[in-house]
Amino acid sequence: MSGPHEMVAKLRALTTARVGLERTGVSQRTQDVLAFQLSHAQARDAVHARLDAGAVAERMAKITGGPVLGLRSEARDRAEYLQRPDRGRRLDDSRALLAAHAQKGADVALVIADGLSALAVERHAAAVLERLLPRLSALHIAPLSVVEQGRVAIGDEIGAVLGARVMVVLIGERPGLSSPDSLGAYVTFAPRVGRTDAERVCLSNIRNAGLSYDEAAAQLERVISEALARGWTGVAAGQSGRALPGPGGES
Amino acid sequence: MPFTHTIGSLRYAFASLRELLAKATPLRSGDVLAGVAAASAEERVAAQYALADVPLAHFLTEAVVPYEDDEVTRLILDRHDAEAFAPVRSMTVGELRDWLLSDEATPERLAALAAGLTPEMAAAVSKLMRLQDLILAAAKIRVVTRFRTTVGLPGRMSARLQPNHPTDDAAGIAASMLDGLLLGSGDAVIGINPAGDSVATTAGLLRLVDAVRTRFQIPTQSCVLAHLTTQMAALEAGAPMDLLFQSIAGTEAANRSFGVNLSLLGEANDAGRSLNRGAVCADGTVGRNVMYFETGQGSALSAGAHHGVDQQTLEARAYGVARAFDPMLVNTVVGFIGPEYLFDGKQITRAGLEDHFCGKLLGLPMGCDVCYTNHAEADQDDMDALLTLLGAAGVNYIMGVPGADDVMLNYQSTSFHDALYVRRVLGLRPAPEFEAWLQGDGFARLALEARSPERLLA
Repeated sequence: MSGPHEMVAKLRALTTARVGLERTGVSQRTQDVLAFQLSHAQARDAVHARLDAGAVAERMAKITGGPVLGLRSEARDRAEYLQRPDRGRRLDDSRALLAAHAQKGADVALVIADGLSALAVERHAAAVLERLLPRLSALHIAPLSVVEQGRVAIGDEIGAVLGARVMVVLIGERPGLSSPDSLGAYVTFAPRVGRTDAERVCLSNIRNAGLSYDEAAAQLERVISEALARGWTGVAAGQSGRALPGPGGES
Repeated sequence: MPFTHTIGSLRYAFASLRELLAKATPLRSGDVLAGVAAASAEERVAAQYALADVPLAHFLTEAVVPYEDDEVTRLILDRHDAEAFAPVRSMTVGELRDWLLSDEATPERLAALAAGLTPEMAAAVSKLMRLQDLILAAAKIRVVTRFRTTVGLPGRMSARLQPNHPTDDAAGIAASMLDGLLLGSGDAVIGINPAGDSVATTAGLLRLVDAVRTRFQIPTQSCVLAHLTTQMAALEAGAPMDLLFQSIAGTEAANRSFGVNLSLLGEANDAGRSLNRGAVCADGTVGRNVMYFETGQGSALSAGAHHGVDQQTLEARAYGVARAFDPMLVNTVVGFIGPEYLFDGKQITRAGLEDHFCGKLLGLPMGCDVCYTNHAEADQDDMDALLTLLGAAGVNYIMGVPGADDVMLNYQSTSFHDALYVRRVLGLRPAPEFEAWLQGDGFARLALEARSPERLLA
């Protein structure tokens, strides 16, 4: 038999959920309210942080040793990005840059997009790329693109113009309360405008407390080589958990 | 039939009931995204004027989704009860609003009217109502359902205990469940969203909840919110199945994208009832409601199945689906879908109250998942406001999530403490069977044994 404080410690050891919150009257105590507010504040900051696209492009150029294309979606700002997912899926005039780099026969094209967390891109994209590129050394890689205000499907247009067989999009995921900087990776065979999420393979939760860089790179290598060998990507029609749509938002 | 309204020298025309309903809808991002929203604030009010003059009887002659194409439309029109409709059949939409708010509209008359109204009529009148109207009218309507608890009685508000875990870990789920029970949550249902959709996981979680429930003699029901076909397979395999869950929407095509249709929902309802697992409730009747539905504005558009209809009208049509199956619980998951459908706290608040009102008016036991995501323009203050307003409106139940932070679905809902707050500030009590349990030996034993949760979970 143990006291209430020990009980709380035991419950908390069993789950990451916010269990065992003490009460004052029927309400939560100050420290617990502030802890929640901090988590939410960090998630909000991550959603609204602006990607320093120039700095990211410079870092990526050092890693790839090739040209890096700076692109933008049709969404002009965050408010529009959040309300008009369709605009986050199409390039603005910056698509002219792409055409100049179109080349026949690229196996893989890579896109880095801010998505819903620029923080995730700034913290993890370079580290994943550094581990992934050596694993793809036998393949022909198209120039890398960095996209502002982009959603996953913007890779479809980019991949189609570049003529790549497989598109890999590294993108900031919708921040959770305990994960403001989670990076996602989406792999699509034969990218073209109109592809659906069911035609992609998604690796999620790449961050320090989640999927490690090495494991993400290894899994991506496997998914990419399978896609090239089989000639398709995708999942069987999934029916899991709460079937209501959302809160994806990053696709 | 074209609908028109003139403001000054400008004559606004609306080609169809579908267009009129969409343009009369208070602003929300999902209708803008779908391209069906009014082009200006003035056009929206012109549409509301025109809508106020539409006779209710017209709704029986012009479907917003074609009858031939959609089984939800067929369900709505084929099951319309002309006798129940009689008291309002000569009214316009605007006159219905006035009547709903009048003292003529007693709880008994409102209950009798439910089968006479179509979802589109309910949606239409709600578009002419302010928040206080949505609250006042809904507060007059009680829809009471029973399984092992009685949910929806006057002066009561229940909570669904939602002990989700990112990997469906049994000990983790049990820890959240204990925490919630100790804080008086769980009288609507103990309902788990599984991370993995398998028969084995579903059956395992059902057995876990059932073991705790029987050990401490807790008057409640359990549910694992896997896909309906997964739950039916678990039921077939002998899992202790109380309520059967499914997400539903307002068009046949959207329901198809969820992997269900009306016939499957009917089969599930029959299968659940055949188990006779309900108990004798406080008033002496045996609980027979076995279905649990979740809905949310925007789900049809998200599935590309909206037919040019606004998201709030489609949401009301989902209630038309739900009421065919006498559900125990129905709730909108109002802020879950994201800011491209409901942008901010203001839009979420209105949608939550619209959904609750329309559901109650159509005869459903409405609860609400008062919630938001981190990319919506909303925060805890918005949730506190909506929660309090729904309490005043007489919501049947809300969610109970540890600290309001769902670590599996990654969104913010309401906490166990939030339910205690609403009960205290509005003088509401839990379901009578559960209230009695909280004061009895079963709860005392749980509180004592929970001090060594590791032994409880062994």
